[in-house]
Formats: sequence, structure tokens, C-alpha cells
Amino acid sequence: MTVYAAPGTEGAIATFRPRYDHWIGGEYVAPANGQYFENPSPVNGRTFTEVARGDADDIDRALDAAHGAARAWGRTSVTERAQVLNKIADRIEEHLEELAVAETWENGKPVRETLAADLPLAIDHFRYFAGAIRAQEGSISEIDGDTIAYHFHEPLGVVGQIIPWNFPILMAVWKLAPALAAGNAVVLKPAEQTPTSILYLMELIADLLPPGVVNVVNGFGAEAGKPLASSPRIRKIAFTGETTTGRLIMQYASQNIIPVTLELGGKSPNIFFSDVAAAKDEFYDKALEGFTMFALNQGEVCTCPSRALIQADIYESFLADAVVRTEAIKQGNPLDTDTMIGAQASNDQLEKILSYFDIGKAEGAKVLTGGYRAEMEGDLAGGYYVTPTIFEGKNSMRIFQEEIFGPVVAVTEFGDFDDAIKVANDTLYGLGAGVWTRSGADAYRAGRAIEAGRVWTNCYHAYPAAAAFGGYKGSGVGRENHKMMLDHYQQTKNLLVSYAQGKQGFF
Amino acid sequence: MSDDVRSPQASTAPPARVALTEAAAALLVRLRDKHGELMFHQSGGCCDGSSPMCFPDGDFITGDADVRLGDLAIGADGAAFTVPVWMSRNQFEYWKHTHLTIDVVPGRGAGFSVEAPEGVRFLIRSRLFTDEEWELLRD
Repeated sequence: MTVYAAPGTEGAIATFRPRYDHWIGGEYVAPANGQYFENPSPVNGRTFTEVARGDADDIDRALDAAHGAARAWGRTSVTERAQVLNKIADRIEEHLEELAVAETWENGKPVRETLAADLPLAIDHFRYFAGAIRAQEGSISEIDGDTIAYHFHEPLGVVGQIIPWNFPILMAVWKLAPALAAGNAVVLKPAEQTPTSILYLMELIADLLPPGVVNVVNGFGAEAGKPLASSPRIRKIAFTGETTTGRLIMQYASQNIIPVTLELGGKSPNIFFSDVAAAKDEFYDKALEGFTMFALNQGEVCTCPSRALIQADIYESFLADAVVRTEAIKQGNPLDTDTMIGAQASNDQLEKILSYFDIGKAEGAKVLTGGYRAEMEGDLAGGYYVTPTIFEGKNSMRIFQEEIFGPVVAVTEFGDFDDAIKVANDTLYGLGAGVWTRSGADAYRAGRAIEAGRVWTNCYHAYPAAAAFGGYKGSGVGRENHKMMLDHYQQTKNLLVSYAQGKQGFF
Repeated sequence: MSDDVRSPQASTAPPARVALTEAAAALLVRLRDKHGELMFHQSGGCCDGSSPMCFPDGDFITGDADVRLGDLAIGADGAAFTVPVWMSRNQFEYWKHTHLTIDVVPGRGAGFSVEAPEGVRFLIRSRLFTDEEWELLRD
């Protein structure tokens, strides 16, 4: 067991500046309007730094810097760009523990997750795209003996990226790595709840990237996000968040005729077929962990398995074991490596979760465990903590249909295979799903029948690079985490070449 | 504390689907001074999904894919104004049995909602319609 010292206290391995400006052209640049906003840590609710409150003027300056850098960066060889990405990965690895503590302080998530998932995945993501861009090839079509179509990949130019607050560094890296590998320059706006840790990273890698290739402007969505998303000076916008803003970003993009990629969340079903309980063995234990994954990252994951569907004949016994497993989750100081669940990322997030407890109970759902705010003592008083919660109810209830984004799972039972698929697909979304069974045939059939972009089969919440991630239905447009993401950041240049000497014959 | 939009109302009129708290009404008065006429679109999905997003009216383009839940009436006499509340039609199918009250809490929502810079966040509070209300709504 290790308890890391809180940033700002003696012995801390991560130290924040008292104030953060924008990161433009490879250096800190004060906001044009001179305004800053406070950034509290969810761990204790207290402000630990202040951050530039950007607006359209700052976005413009960042776009100037990006346009100044884009041409040269887009012309570097893939060898050079891959080397830069690999060096960034190495640098993050050298500072893994420090960045993990910084990320935990920023977001509230337990340091065991940032140490074992957020940062290692970010490192691997840069390495994956370093490899992917080296291995990417154009194509040639032989139209006829004298006519050849050559296809080249070209970068889009300057792109905009708007990042969510649930994995501030990792979600930024998911978008940055393919964009940079493909040769684009980026203007990135972090979430206003988590504006700092990505700047912590930018400082660490400042010497590895040409100035202006990555620019970070903080601020509120209405003040900084909108001028970025609606700018005629970007060639693409990527966004992770919710549906109304997703639609709004598409509307802005339509005015400039630029592509969008959107990841807008889900209400992921986690299906447990009865043969899971055929033996109380290692696999059964794994399935129970799979159920409990709803509490990972405090439930603040777009693919949170927030609907558990359990087959009727094992429903009561499996659920009883699942309640025991859930109640064993250790909540506490996020900087303690033994802590399994930390703080929700913001006060409004906490309030929203509590409002769902109200509507869940009003609709007649039964609380099997949890259902309340966790009041912490000492240094953690004032933080935003929620006890892991299991509701039992029906799929038509709103707690089964809306992404609560908290450590809350809604459980219901199903009869047979068709019933499971029907309930699983009765949702507006289709991002993630889980299937648990000892039958390979059932697993395959269920996985193909579920309308979701990612179906974890006998596992959950694994996010390796090389496994495509993205949504069906209302969950968005595009895929991340895979080399196909390069296409989302590239133009296709076709040279159609005639090697024939004779005329075409029209004139 | 909430004020139903259409109250007082005849007992046979369908009940309002949306209402707002006094704190939310006071905030809307301030936001309107700054941004002009306003609108809400109820979000769904991840991160700040489930939050009512407040925009300058018309900034978010609504269409056949949306349902206008109602118009919030704010202020009195010469200072009165209304704020329409919208939701995606497919989301409404899952929400239609609940009455919504727009409240405001301290916080820092994301999205492009105009209240976030004030250090507050609009929040939806929900209750089930009563059987009597539901009968009138279904007519």
C-alpha cells in the first residue's frame, strides 16, 4: 500500500503551477482578456490552481500558431513523425507515476487506475500510432494497361478537438496520437472540469514537438468551445460528450462543410447468461468482477456497463453474489493505491447522480445497495463521493435509459436469448455491451445481434489500441483506438495518370 | 419550489410538462440580459448528458426530430418572457411519463450551455406524472 502525498503538500511527486495560461505555439500565453477560472480538485473540493479562461481571441491565436506549423509538420516523413510519437511515449513512461498522481488530483479517480490504465494506455497509444503510420500504404488501381490511379494519404491540415473530463489525458491522447501521426496540427480544448493535467503533459513533452503543432486553449464551452467548433479555419472537429452538443457541433460543421467524429456515450448492457453460474470457479469470479465494472472510474465511462441483464434462472443467486462483490469495493482517498473508487469529477456531476437516485426510487426501482452520497471525513471532506449503487427495476425506467455517469447499475432479468437481445437493444445508444457465457456459439450470436460498436465478450472495460472503439445509433460517428482512425484525419489524393500517347477521342 | 408554466389552468387542460425553480428563473433573467432570447435543449448520452443545455434562441437548430415540451414563462408584466424547452423526439419516448423541473446547482457543466461561466449548472429534476395528469396528457 502506498499513499501518495497530495500535490501542494510536502513530499508530493506532482507539483502544479499556481496558474496556467494557454499553451500556444509551444509556450504559455496569457489569455487575451486576462481572465482566469478556479480549478478545484474533486478529491477535497478545494481549488488548487487557476486556469486561463479563453475566448474567441485565444482560439484565433491558437489557430494562427497551428496554421503556421501545419504545413511543415504535414511534410515531415512518417519516419520522423513516428519517432516523435515514440519519444513522447518514452517521456510519459519516464514520468508515469508523477502524471498518474497529477491526473488523480485533477479528476478524482483512484491512483491505482491512473497507474495501471490511464497512463500506460496513453503511452501505448502513441506507440501504436507511431507503428500504424509507418506501416500505412497508399494504393494503386490499374484502370487499364495505360491508366493508373494512385492514392496518397494527405493530412487534413489544422483540426479541432474537444476533450471530455472523465479521462482527461487518455481521451486527449486518443485524439492527438492519430491526428499527429497523420500529420495534422491541432487546437485542443480540454473540459473545463479538468483543464490542467493535459497542460502538465504538454510541458513535459514541449521539447519533442515543433511549436504550434499542438495548442491547448482552456475555457468554457460557450466561450472557447464554440469559436473552435464553428471556426472556418479548421478542417475537422472531433468531440466526445453528450448528444445535444454533438448535434450542435454537427450543425457548426455543416456550415463549414467539414467532417466530424463524435463519441456521445451509451447505456451499455452487460448480459449474463445462466451458464455463467454452472460452476463457482475462476470464470464465475471473473463474471462477478465484470458486473462490478460499473463502478470503475466512478462510473464515469461512456461505456459504463450500467444495465445488467441476468438470465432468470440464476437471477437471484448471481445478483446476491454481485451485491456482496459491490459492497466490497473500497472507497477512500484516491491517492491511496488500495482505493478502488474515488471521487466524482465535479459537484454538478454529483448533483446529477443524486437526482437520478430520486427518479429511480420514484419510478419504483428497488435499491439493493448504496443509493446515497458517501460523506468522507478529514482531508476528503468537501469531495464529491458516491457509494456504489445497485438498482433493480425495468428497462423502461429512466435509470435504464440514461447514462447517469456515476457508480450506478440498473439490473433486470431476461428469459431467453431473444429476450436478452431485445432488452439490450431497447436503447437510443449503441456504444458498448458485455456478454458473459461459457458457450462460444451463444457469445458469438449475441455479440453479432447487439447493436453496439464494441461488444466485450467474457471481459469488460479493456481498451487496447488495435481494437476499434465507437458507436452505433445515437452513440456517434467514427471509430477511435484503431488504425482506421487515421482515415478520419486524412484526405485522399488521387492522381489519375494516363501513360497512353493517343488522344481520348472526344474532340 | 416550482411554478408550473400554465398555471392557473382549467382542470381539463393538459398539465405542463416542464417547470422551473425560482433560482433557475432568476438565472434566466440574468442570462437573457447578456445573451438575448434563450432556449433549452435537453441532452442525453455521456459526460454531461441528461443536462438541459441553454443556448441563445436559434443557435441550436431544432427540427422534426425534436419535440417542444413547452415554454417556460418568466417574469411578470412588462418584463415577461418565455423560454422554449426542446428534446429529441426519440428521447422523449423514454421520458414522456415524467414531469421535468429545471433547477440550478453550483457547478461547471461542459457543453456550450451559456450558464457554465457563471459557476452554476442547470439540472433536471423529475417526477412521475400522477394518474390524473397522465390521463389528460394522453387525451
